[in-house]
Order: sequence, then C-alpha cells, then structure tokens
Amino acid sequence: MAYQFDFGSILPHWKLLLDGVVLTTELAAVGAVAGVGLGILGAWARSSRIPVISQIVAVYVELIRNTPFLVQLFFIFFGLPALGVKLSEFQAAALAMVINLGAYSTEIVRAGIQAIPQGQIEAAQSLAMNRVQIFRYIVIRPALKKIWPALSSQVVIVMLGSSVCSQIAAEELTFAANYIQGMNFRAFEVYFVTTGMYLVMSIVLRQILKIFGNFLFERRHHA
Amino acid sequence: MPEFTLWDIVYNLLLAARWTVLLSLVAFVMGGFVALVLLLVRTAGNPWAMRLVRGYVELFQGTPLLMQLFILFFGLPLIGIDVSPWIAAMLGLTLFTSAFLTEIWRGCVESVNKGQWEASATLGMNFTQQMRYIILPQALRIAVAPTVGFSVQVVKGTAVTSIIGFVELTKAGTMITNATYAPFTVYGCVAVLYFVICYPLSLYARRLEGKLHNVSR
Amino acid sequence: MSLVELHAIHKSFGAVQVLKGIDLKIDEGQVIALIGRSGSGKSTLLRTINGLETIDDGTIMVAGKKVGDHDTDLLDLRLNVGMVFQQFNLFPHYTALENVMLSPQVVKKQSKAEARAIAEEMLTKVGLADKMTHYPDQLSGGQQQRVAIARALAMKPRVLLCDEVTSALDPELVNEVLAVVRQLAEEGMTLVMVTHEMRFAREVCDTLVFMHHGRIHEKGAPEAVFANPKTPELANFVGGLAG
Repeated sequence: MAYQFDFGSILPHWKLLLDGVVLTTELAAVGAVAGVGLGILGAWARSSRIPVISQIVAVYVELIRNTPFLVQLFFIFFGLPALGVKLSEFQAAALAMVINLGAYSTEIVRAGIQAIPQGQIEAAQSLAMNRVQIFRYIVIRPALKKIWPALSSQVVIVMLGSSVCSQIAAEELTFAANYIQGMNFRAFEVYFVTTGMYLVMSIVLRQILKIFGNFLFERRHHA
Repeated sequence: MPEFTLWDIVYNLLLAARWTVLLSLVAFVMGGFVALVLLLVRTAGNPWAMRLVRGYVELFQGTPLLMQLFILFFGLPLIGIDVSPWIAAMLGLTLFTSAFLTEIWRGCVESVNKGQWEASATLGMNFTQQMRYIILPQALRIAVAPTVGFSVQVVKGTAVTSIIGFVELTKAGTMITNATYAPFTVYGCVAVLYFVICYPLSLYARRLEGKLHNVSR
Repeated sequence: MSLVELHAIHKSFGAVQVLKGIDLKIDEGQVIALIGRSGSGKSTLLRTINGLETIDDGTIMVAGKKVGDHDTDLLDLRLNVGMVFQQFNLFPHYTALENVMLSPQVVKKQSKAEARAIAEEMLTKVGLADKMTHYPDQLSGGQQQRVAIARALAMKPRVLLCDEVTSALDPELVNEVLAVVRQLAEEGMTLVMVTHEMRFAREVCDTLVFMHHGRIHEKGAPEAVFANPKTPELANFVGGLAG
C-alpha cells in the first residue's frame, strides 16, 4: 500500500514550530552579533605585536575550524560542568555559536585587513594617528566592506548549523520538529516542512545581511 | 562496572574514527563525481539545466545538513527503500558534498579567462574538447586548494550523522560518555581526534593556496 | 637650531645598505629637493624623516627633540612633519572633506566645527572648494593629490614631505599639483621633496641635494648644482637629464 502523505497533521502544532523559529532566530542573532564582534577583536589581536597574543588567537582559530560544531557544543554543554561551568541549553548553544563564528570571522576579517593597501596605513601614520585610531577609522570599514559577502555566508552557515543544538535540548526549530514527529509519527512531513522553513530563513537572513551591509557601507553625502 | 582508563577511551574512539574517515572518503569521492556531472551540465549552457543545478546548489546550501539527513532517513522508507543509518549518512553527505563542490568548481571554471573559450572555439573545438583540453586543466590547478579545504568541512559534516544513529567518532563519544560519566575527557579526546584528521588537510590546503599565488605572480 | 636635523643616518633592507650615513639640516622656510637616480635612497631618506622607516643607526631631531622609537615619539614627530605620497593614499570611504577633517578631529581632538573650518580653508586653498563632498574615486588624480596636500596641511605641520607627488599623474595633471606646491613654497612653508621634475626643482627650491648610492654626494643652490657639478656622478646625472 502506498504511503499517504498527511501534511495536515502538522497544522495543529504550528505554535511549536513558530516558537522554534523564534529561538533559532534568537540564537542566530546572538551568534551573529557577538561572533562577528569576536572575529573583529580576534583579527585585531591576531595582528598584535605581542607574539603570545597573536599565537593564542591562532590556536583558537585552528582548534575551532578543525573540529565539528556538534563536538564543540557537547564539550561546552556536557564537558564544562566538570570545571564548574554550568550553562542552560540556550546559553550553551549561544556560546558555542559565538565561539564557532568568532573563529571563522577572525580569519575572514583578517583577510580583509590584509587586503588594505599599505599606503592607507602609512598615510594615516603620517597624519599622527595611533594604532587604535588607524584600525578604527581607516582599516576596519573598508576591510569589512571587502569581506562582507564571505562573512554573510558564514553567518548563514552558522544559523543552519544551529539545528544540531536540538541535541542538547535547546528548543530551537529542529527540536520542535523532533518533538512534533514524536507526537504525530509523521517524521517525513514534519522534516520536509521544517527544511522549507530553514530555506526561507536562510534566504531572508541573506537578504537582511545584504541590506544591512548596504546601509553600513553606503556613501553618505553630508550637506 | 569496569573502570575506563584514558587508553580505553582513546582506543574505542580510534576504532570509531575509522568510520568517520571511511564516510568522509566515500562522500568526498562520490560527491566529487556528482559535482563534476552537475558542473558539466551547468556549464554546457542549457538555461533550464543551469537553473536546475543552481536550485540544487541553493537547496543544499540553504538548509541544515541535519534536515537533509532526516529527510533521507525518514523519507526513503516511505517509497519502499529501507535505509540503514550508514546508507542515509553516505547518501546525505554525498549530496551535501556535491552541492558545495559544484559551487566551488564553478567559481574555478569561471575564473579561467573568457579569452580561453574564444581562442579554443576559433580553433574549431566543440564544448567537450574545450572542457577537456583547455578549460578543465586550467581550472583544476585553481581548484585543488579550495577542494582540499572543503574536505575539512566534509569530515566535520560526518559528525552530524551521529544524530541519525550512525556510529562514528561523535556517536562513539556520546556512548562512551554515557558509560564513563567523563564528558570533559571524552569530548576533549573526540575533539583532538577530529583535529588530528582535519588540521593536516587545512595546512595542506593553505600550502597549496600559497603556492598557487606565488606561481601566478 | 634647525627644524630638522639628521645625523649619521644608516638604514639597510636585509643585506642592502640603502642609507650610508646621512647628515642633513633643514631650516625653517627652506625648500629642499632630493634628486638622484632611482635606488639612490632618496625616497627612503624622506620616509625616515617621518618615521615610516625605522633607522638602524643615527639620530633624528625635530624641533629640538630627539626622535626615539617609542610610539609616542613617532606621534609627536608626525604632528610636526606632514607627508604627501606618490599614490595619494586618500581614504576611499571618506569624502574629500572628511579625509581632511579626520585627523584634526581624532588626533588633535578639535571640534567638528573647528576641523571643518580648517578643512574647508585648506581645500579652498588647493582649489577644490567645489569638490568637498566628492569621494576619492570621483576625483581625477590631480584633484586627489591636491586633497592629499590639503589633508596634510590641515594638521598644520612645520615641514611637509613630498614623495614624488606627480609621478603617478597623467602628464596633463602634473601642473595643477605643482602649482599648489609652488604656492606653498612662496608662502614660506618648509618643504622637502623627492622629485623628477628638474625644471620645477630648479625654479622653486633653494637647495638641491644630490644622492648617490645611499650618500649625499653634492648639495647646493640649484644654479650652482646644475651649472657646475663638482663630481662626475652629478655631471652624469645632469647630463643624462638633458639628453
């Protein structure tokens, strides 16, 4: 007998899915803002003249980029309590995302900084700017502008990656899907719909990042 | 209850890591093959085929790997194909890999100078000949570094298959944790093992990239 | 006491010795051109005066203060010494006005109104009053270079270094930049320039410094240097220009 698809059986649970979307969005927002912020700090520290600082950042970046997000998540949620650090599911998920995106964006932002012509920095030096001023006024905005597309892609990847946070029972979209299929036994339908929701979310997120980038880097004409 | 030494933990993880490596290899090779076919379809210029391939790529890049695995794992039985976690994991990662490699390689093909297409066309070559003798050899040189770099993503992607019950490194970590109640040590070891697999690939990719830049300069 | 005093400056890049003991004094109001073949060390010398190149040995005194290698020393130095580059190096994400206002605001902590007044004054001085809200890529090379000059002047430096400021320009744009430099010289600005524009150097400068193989080979008033070169190297250089 052929399988009868029953997408209608999901409808009663729409509220759960919506809650999941909200939590996934929250995770993505926290991850994106703090992760990119961490990446900018990391890129700055990576160019530090103090070798130890630069090396610590390099180790952090390599450790994170060469291990799976899921393992990082488990380590933070299940492993850290051994050190007395007990985090809620949401806190652990958010922290894992920030640390993960932080490492990737450190590398991405660093590439952007390295692409700034040396002449820009020399010109700023000749105007008596110090290192912090040069970074803040001369380097960071053109650098971010250059790598904004790569950074946006990484943010989307991290948002999609948050789906494994269901494994520590963070109640995001995938968790909601798992929960619903446990009630109505319509696994395929539930995951199919959820996948569609993720697709929409990634398209929307990409658009938001694009608009935000345009706003950030647009030329403002002062009167 | 037996006492687990650190070596017991590492030894059992190492056994499971073989599956991580095997799954990565299979997914990478099969995914690469699928990607090559998709790339040719896309480059050949039929607008509908192009759109289809682009949709395929965007679908896999725009949804979580975990969802892709769930759909295969729960969906295939509905059309009468019973899949083990291993088959679902293999299929899922192959599709995932193929989408990303298609996109990476497309960029490489497009970065070959337009003049190369035109020059080879004026020599009377058809599409297959142009690809085979002119474009692919050049694109290949550019593609090696990002392809090796992406292999790291494939290895890390295999961790997600633990969620559909495929016993590889991460799943073994969870199982051992449940037996030892030592998550800090176990997941620490799991992370180290992934690092041991991935870091050489990352280093190699970076070396290749550096070499390429020096050559083209 | 001179405004800038260089004493026994040595500088190597790896095994290559670029500056082999330079002594040079620059007085207030002096207009100096550094001339010589490419590779003679003249650009490097100019860059050491602004601390863009560290020196291996020797001392640099600016306005009576020895320049050490601390960051704060360099900032002090650069408040007195402005610089204009061959490649303009305008900040692409700021308008002409913002390029000029930036440093007075963030380094000298001037109010926005103050910085703006100075920036407008300087841009007007270089003939760009109508281009203030343009971005660098909306300006010609000559205009960009004039903005760069205005940007350096807005910091009120006591000496301005010009590193081949017309070398990157299309020939028809050279004169508008030279006219600005000439005007500065006439107003009594202390200038040190590396230039290949020999006629300009001859007309505008009061001192020519001929560099050869990392040393100051000859130095003097333009007429003397051009008419009576004392060394065969200079004679050769001057002769090569004529030919």
